[in-house]
Amino acid sequence: MKKTHNYTCINCPLSCSLELTEEDGEVLEVRGADCKVGQKYAVEEFRNPRRTVSTTVRVQGGVLPLLPVVSAAPIPKALVREAVRTLAAVTVEAPVADGQVIYPDILGTGVDIIASRRLEAGVSG
Amino acid sequence: MSAVRRPQCVVIGAGPAGLGAALAAREAGLGDVMLLERDFELGGILPQCIHDGFGSIVFDQVLTGPQYAQRFIDRVEAAGIEVKLNTMVLEMRGDRRITAVNPRDGVFELEPASIVLAMGCRERTRHQVMIPGYRPAGVICAGAAQRDINIEGLMPGRRVVILGSGDIGLIMARRFTLEGAEVEGVYEIMDHPGGLTRNVVQCLHDYDIPLHLSHTVTFIHGRKRVEAVTVTRVDENLKPIKGTERRVPCDALVLSVGLIPENELSKQAGVELDPLTAGPVVDERMHTSVDGIFACGNVVCVFDLVDWVTQTAERAGRSAAEYVLEGGRRKRRPPVRVTAGRNVKFVVPQLLREFDREIELFFRVEHPERAARTRVLVDGEELYSRKAKMVRPPEMVKAGADPGGARRELENITVEVVTEEEEA
Repeated sequence: MKKTHNYTCINCPLSCSLELTEEDGEVLEVRGADCKVGQKYAVEEFRNPRRTVSTTVRVQGGVLPLLPVVSAAPIPKALVREAVRTLAAVTVEAPVADGQVIYPDILGTGVDIIASRRLEAGVSG
Repeated sequence: MSAVRRPQCVVIGAGPAGLGAALAAREAGLGDVMLLERDFELGGILPQCIHDGFGSIVFDQVLTGPQYAQRFIDRVEAAGIEVKLNTMVLEMRGDRRITAVNPRDGVFELEPASIVLAMGCRERTRHQVMIPGYRPAGVICAGAAQRDINIEGLMPGRRVVILGSGDIGLIMARRFTLEGAEVEGVYEIMDHPGGLTRNVVQCLHDYDIPLHLSHTVTFIHGRKRVEAVTVTRVDENLKPIKGTERRVPCDALVLSVGLIPENELSKQAGVELDPLTAGPVVDERMHTSVDGIFACGNVVCVFDLVDWVTQTAERAGRSAAEYVLEGGRRKRRPPVRVTAGRNVKFVVPQLLREFDREIELFFRVEHPERAARTRVLVDGEELYSRKAKMVRPPEMVKAGADPGGARRELENITVEVVTEEEEA
């Protein structure tokens, strides 16, 4: 049976309205995309939507009590909440280098969680 | 008090605008650039903007706020720019005399050959949108909540109502949710979202957070701590409709109701401000009305994209360097005012003094329009034209104009939006 799904592209401020048509899971057509990125995004949103995760982890001995971290690549959207919960239990020691791996292979996705800044050792507050 | 220092350029504020301007001034040939920052570290607001979405124009890559800042911080540290942290500017005069204070130097004076204003903006508060009710704890601006959660590790509330659908409000709706709080809903007085559509999708839709358009908060309940807010539907004149009130229990009200350029120092120095942008009137070199004082980033007008802040910063920094290296001797030509034409609310820069190089023009539209075309007319000749599927007030538009190799004299420059229907 043919079905249509509507998405809004999140890749740039144009925010194209996309309409994907599929039949039994097979993508037939994507309409409304102004560029190829949007075309691809609609197919990914249908098959396996992914999001970049960003959150913070605790730091010991740093100039700030928290370190911002980000997934090095998008992970499946359905795993975002669990990834953030997992990272809430993590504590790292300062100093931390920009891009340092904080949690490898989050939830078996093959994607590393990395520090998104440099954080010097010191006294926070 | 120590002897008066005379740097070639002093940049006030080390957020994305200040970092970009200091670097550009240094790279354009100034050896003595000083960067003043009130906080204990560089980066401005970016370190607390831990989400991604920055840098797609400047770096062709999607970065988080801290990552975007880190790239500039690394370059500033390598460039030999004098950085003064924990430093507050107390006074700035029109003759470019600056009084500042920090714990190491005490109160000190500077007489730089040029100044770049990069103080950014601040949040509109409850008092600027006039919400009736008690004054309990738990009413907080979205950016302040962002700092609490992402920098300090504090949770400002467990059951949250967000008023205003600006980008920071949308981003914080997601952030509160991920940190385990319940976001009851986002309420927006206008009939369209205040932030970018992609943020409505990835911050609200992804987490099933309801967005109530044409609604506002009409009362804050609770004497010590927020206990509830009353939300009410508004009519087309934004007036609350009697009988549509609903009491929503919550322990925090987060406000995302707009940003205002931070121009206390600019006013002291007599810099002319534009009532539409609330920032300095600048020309194509980001030069303000006061000789030798330049401005860039959100102090000029509130931008949607940090990439555009960086672009104005680079222009301001280069222009300050040019000004100093010419010994401030170049005569400032009388300006032509950039006309905001059809469906254009304001344009930055507001003035064009010398049309001798490519210029960038940033503007916002007055109302949404489909199938639009943006164009720049110089004395009737179309020098820029670009089609847009859709233009919306929350999404700033960038246009440009190129004089074509040589200086061009002009009498009129107009930025306007036209639609296909009108052209047909």
